[in-house]
Amino acid sequence: MAETETEAPERTLLVGSSPHIRAPEDVPRIMWTVAAALAPAGLVAAYAFGYRALLVVLVSTAFAVGTEWLIQRLRRVPITIGDGSAAVAGILVAYCLPPTVPLYVAALGSIFAIAIAKHTFGGLGMNIWNPALAARAFLLASFSTAIVMPKWAILQSKPFIGSILDSFVEGGGGAAPFDAITRATPLELLKAAPETFASQYGILDLVLGVIPGSLGETSALALLAGGAYLIARGIIDWRMPASFIATVAVLVAILPHPLGEGAGAGHSGWFAGLPIVPAHLFSGGLFLGAFFMATDMVTSPITGRGQIIFGAGCGVLTAVIRLLGGFPEGVCYSILIMNTLVPAIDGWTRPRKFGAGARRSA
Amino acid sequence: MIATKRRRFDGGVHPPERKSLSAERPLEAFPVPPVLAVPLLQHIGAPARPVVEKGARILKGQVIGEPGGFVSTAVHAPVSGSVKAIEDRPSFAGRPIAHVVIENDGQEAWADGCGAARDPDAMPREALLEAIRAAGIVGMGGAAFPTHVKLSPPPGKTIDAAILNGVECEPYLTCDDRLMRERPDAIAAGFRIIMKILGVSRGFAGIEENKPEAFRAMRDALASVPGVEVVSLPVRYPQGAEKQLIKAILGREVPTGGLPMDVGVVVQNVGTASAIAEACMRGIPLIERSVTVTGEGVGRPGNFLVRIGTPIRSLAEACGLRPGAERVILGGPMMGLAQVDLDIPVTKGTSGILLLGAGRSYAIGPCIRCGGCVRGCPARIMPSDLSVAVERGAKDLYEGLDAMDCIECGVCTYVCPARRPIVHWIRLAKAHVAAQRAKSKG
Repeated sequence: MAETETEAPERTLLVGSSPHIRAPEDVPRIMWTVAAALAPAGLVAAYAFGYRALLVVLVSTAFAVGTEWLIQRLRRVPITIGDGSAAVAGILVAYCLPPTVPLYVAALGSIFAIAIAKHTFGGLGMNIWNPALAARAFLLASFSTAIVMPKWAILQSKPFIGSILDSFVEGGGGAAPFDAITRATPLELLKAAPETFASQYGILDLVLGVIPGSLGETSALALLAGGAYLIARGIIDWRMPASFIATVAVLVAILPHPLGEGAGAGHSGWFAGLPIVPAHLFSGGLFLGAFFMATDMVTSPITGRGQIIFGAGCGVLTAVIRLLGGFPEGVCYSILIMNTLVPAIDGWTRPRKFGAGARRSA
Repeated sequence: MIATKRRRFDGGVHPPERKSLSAERPLEAFPVPPVLAVPLLQHIGAPARPVVEKGARILKGQVIGEPGGFVSTAVHAPVSGSVKAIEDRPSFAGRPIAHVVIENDGQEAWADGCGAARDPDAMPREALLEAIRAAGIVGMGGAAFPTHVKLSPPPGKTIDAAILNGVECEPYLTCDDRLMRERPDAIAAGFRIIMKILGVSRGFAGIEENKPEAFRAMRDALASVPGVEVVSLPVRYPQGAEKQLIKAILGREVPTGGLPMDVGVVVQNVGTASAIAEACMRGIPLIERSVTVTGEGVGRPGNFLVRIGTPIRSLAEACGLRPGAERVILGGPMMGLAQVDLDIPVTKGTSGILLLGAGRSYAIGPCIRCGGCVRGCPARIMPSDLSVAVERGAKDLYEGLDAMDCIECGVCTYVCPARRPIVHWIRLAKAHVAAQRAKSKG
């Protein structure tokens, strides 16, 4: 187009492809909202286990973010530590470790989560497995279970502030303000000595979370509150945690469960599990896994039906591992296994496109 | 009037409506400018052929461009005056188009036959259809498809219902709302003519719940037309897209690659219905339309009756164009076309002139598989997968990922938290598939 006018255009217009407006929700907002939704469980952990719980969270988060920064520098890609995804991964790494965990182990977990589980696959959006759970699996395999992992904390007898003061008085610094005594988690007890379970744990303890366990998994109530917030904000779909938790409940009620680990203890019959359903729902990592790990957008199916199948699959594997497998807990492995199936599930559940199969009238 | 059960189309979003900026501003006749430029291609199909010459004296309503084929329409002089030039000028579509530039003599002298009262009830269907064709009417919701073509289903197609589209689901736009409130009888008369041409006894009018006054006005106006039901629809974009509206009202799904007539339906916009009434009852061609001028870039948003060929600059300036208006969009913010130039005219398909500030620029991130686009897609394809395929240049995947089923509504891009230009990428994929298909055919 030959322009003859010589005058300069008075107004330069910006031109872009439609749509010309965008929804306010972006990746940083989603990730930081998830981080906020994880906060109640962290506060319960601080109350139940003492300030060291927060120290573990701090260390693992700092290492996750630091690793992200370093790897992105090495990969020469834009630094995106502000988007909150590494921070969420770091928090989740801490949440699935015991509060007594040595800090270097937590740090190593975060490094593994970001460097190996996330960036070797290409970074955000590309990883197959949930980074925090991959880190947990790595730590479980790498550190002698006899030394590190089963040292579940006993409950902190002193309130939070008191525990901090103690640590100064004793010059404890980063040392654990705990007794050396550890106690079996509810799930371990359920598997090894179910008859003593009821004498140690009331249902209210389980729901509130004043029980031994991984740092961020104990309080079903706090996790439910965070999960409900994410559902209300539209960040996660309720059907995935619901199908996960409901499947565990139904299978625990139906499948034979172990009656202890003593000689000849064996298993119960079928359909005898109803009394232990609440214990299975509210202890262990089920709520943390169902609301915050299985729902990880990157590593879960993208279709609505796929998400339900994914949740139910996690539930089946969790129940089978807990009741029939060698470990007391199965949430971590169940989600990791289902992560692997995500591309297949997405393929099976692709929506029927509009007008496909519709018939033309004459 | 029967209360219907609420149906929905799949997917969609509800962005901030922003209609209150202009919804209470009545339609106002916009001053006719001294010079108008009327494009000879304002519709889908072949351009019109100019039938006037430079220097010719012309009358208002006179044909200045004859249809260039069946899928084409006539173009008429919006004013009386003289032809100053017939030349290529930039157009809303980005490429130069032949325009007839008319110097307005201010006489408003009508061509013969325009404005003569006629009784559509006494006219046979063929005469009504011919009146519509002669008036150069196109779909006024934005697509600008020639209306006489849409109202001429090929033999063998059975049409059993007509739908009057008063959804106006794009944010900001209010011209259809105003038209329904202020000219419900003309719209109702036009819809009656549409039903008569199609030979249908069943009609529906779809209006979203955010336009209660328009709903009441249309309900009253359509009460006299037998077999018509006015349906109040929950607000959800893109409900005004034909296929989605048919799904919402009748529960029918237009087959892939098909047209509404494949499920026995014809949809017409309220503005089109009003133009049909003008053409069939008074012999007035389409030389004027309702336009919303709005957005944060103007101080006094409003709705106007504007002659085709009026430069959008004059509308923007009359509405208090602000220095911060850096984006000019013809149509709504979801599907409208961004313009490089204010010196282009209003056409038959211009429903709105939207002036926005610069807005944010976004860094494109990787897909985090949140599923927002999959849930929101009214075509029920997987925009996320397509966006990744285009990003990686995996051209062999485009067709299998249903690129051609995309209706380009923009929902996926609107919701994407990674700010991926998904619909833009899908357009690239569609262009590639279309080129491949053409190649394998030829």
